[in-house]
Amino acid sequence: MTTADAVRREDVEALFFEEAALLDAWRLDDWLGLLTDDARYLVPPNDVPDGDPRDTLFTIADDIQRIHGRVKRLKSDEAHAESPRSRTRRMVSNVRIVERAGDELVAEANFIVYRFRRNERVGEYVGRYRYRLRRTEKGLRIAERRAVLDCEELGGLGSVSFIL
Amino acid sequence: MDRPFIVDEPHKERFRLNRRVLVDPEILEAEHRRIFGRCWIYLGHDSEIPGSGDFRTRSVAGRPVLFVRDAKGGARAFLNTCRHRGTMVCREREGNRTRFTCLYHGWTYDNGGALTHVPGEESYGEGFDKADFALTEVPALECYRGFWFAHFGADPEPLADYLAGAKDYLDLVVDQSPGARLEIVSGTQEYDIRANWKLLVENSFDDYHLHATHSTYLEYMKDSGVEVRLPRGLMMPAPGVGKSLGNGHAVVDNVNFRGRPIAAWIPLYGEAARPEIEAIRAELVARLGEERARRVADTNRNLVVFPNLVINDGSAVTVRTFWPTAVDRMRVTAWALGPVEESETSRARRLDSFLTFYGPGGLATPDDVEALELVQGGLATWREIGWSEISRGMNKTGDQLNTDELHLRTFWRRWNALMTDGGPA
Repeated sequence: MTTADAVRREDVEALFFEEAALLDAWRLDDWLGLLTDDARYLVPPNDVPDGDPRDTLFTIADDIQRIHGRVKRLKSDEAHAESPRSRTRRMVSNVRIVERAGDELVAEANFIVYRFRRNERVGEYVGRYRYRLRRTEKGLRIAERRAVLDCEELGGLGSVSFIL
Repeated sequence: MDRPFIVDEPHKERFRLNRRVLVDPEILEAEHRRIFGRCWIYLGHDSEIPGSGDFRTRSVAGRPVLFVRDAKGGARAFLNTCRHRGTMVCREREGNRTRFTCLYHGWTYDNGGALTHVPGEESYGEGFDKADFALTEVPALECYRGFWFAHFGADPEPLADYLAGAKDYLDLVVDQSPGARLEIVSGTQEYDIRANWKLLVENSFDDYHLHATHSTYLEYMKDSGVEVRLPRGLMMPAPGVGKSLGNGHAVVDNVNFRGRPIAAWIPLYGEAARPEIEAIRAELVARLGEERARRVADTNRNLVVFPNLVINDGSAVTVRTFWPTAVDRMRVTAWALGPVEESETSRARRLDSFLTFYGPGGLATPDDVEALELVQGGLATWREIGWSEISRGMNKTGDQLNTDELHLRTFWRRWNALMTDGGPA
């Protein structure tokens, strides 16, 4: 049995930084490789940041099937909201391991994602990540990624059509 | 005005819209008085303030409004401004209070709006009476089956008359609940679109755009096992009609093809969901009869309640309202609505189904946002290209398809009538 006890913060940071680089480069298939085959991707609503998608309307609450569907869509040039694609630059910091249980651990980090589209349009998506990570044969993998935005409403950020 | 807002010539099968109405700030100014000042405007749902003292604050027709359940259990809507010097009295988005104290000088109101305390009251003159300074209610407040509306103008017609044929379509939504009780689900989607608000009215029930704009959504549904091929002669996978409901309200009324939590199973819901969806349908049939149950369970309806309320009853029930913060920008607020009796698994399925299409992170809505923003961008040419074409379907008699534009014309005809009938200048 693999346990998460031996995972160090720098291992988590390495995973987060690798993921950020893949997403900024729109290497979405490679990004899928970082996920477990039961992974979830969540963006809670701005007014209920700690909510549960089973009883709260989220902005994004994807199971692995919809994550794959989202990636397929984003790779198409008919995903109009991301065609041409946003340019993004992610800053991930303040990484902490906050829980360990068996082969899983929970890690948190702060993020700023700058999103640029068409002329001077800039979006600053600021918030915190809360990840459930699993130690697998292939290494540390993402079982759940929750991106919690700090802004009180999406407002001028508009859509969350890229992977946040 | 140098040109008409619309050119409406049925005998020539022609309907054109003056693009200026989507770009000119003077038009927006006039809309504040002539449209939003003379129509019933959606305020909120009864379920959002279930108990005494429960409140929500929101912007309604550009005014800060405090929507609160008073101590006697009545729903009230107050202009959220202190009668002393104007401060917004309540700053929280939601909560429960017996009293609201203004942070500026401490004037305090109860949840029925009465001014109960004025610090240093002895320094006001003899004629000063707290009873004259209660929180001011919106000029008119009425409810239809849980949907509360406010009216800011003079002499409103009763809400039930105003809603006209839209009532039947609200009834179809309410009929999904065994006890006729719906609730707004926790979680609000609030986002801006850089486009004129009327473009979202059009988009909310424009089925003509489905294939061009939402091909990746349709592909996702197809991959999940839903039939999305277009039958001969249709621009949608299933038939549907566009209808005027009176007073500018209109609807597209479609045969469902993409699943409904109540109550049409699709593979996306999973095999385990089949028995529960069958049970939901059986309850509908037992309560409403076979025909009405089919009407409720097997049709998708996108309803526009003039001017700025949209209720989409499809892969979930969406309540969406929007407000122009500028001529080329709007703030959209959207909620999910569901029966209070719904099981935890049904509620989870409803919310999951909602997110496949709808919302700022859905697989479809962001492409609508993109489309509307590109329209607004293109409209900067309004001086050169003055007219938009909205004549689909005018070449036929009888039913109009959901992919025709009768329902769009319905909105524009009402809008034009209110803007040009000599009402408040």
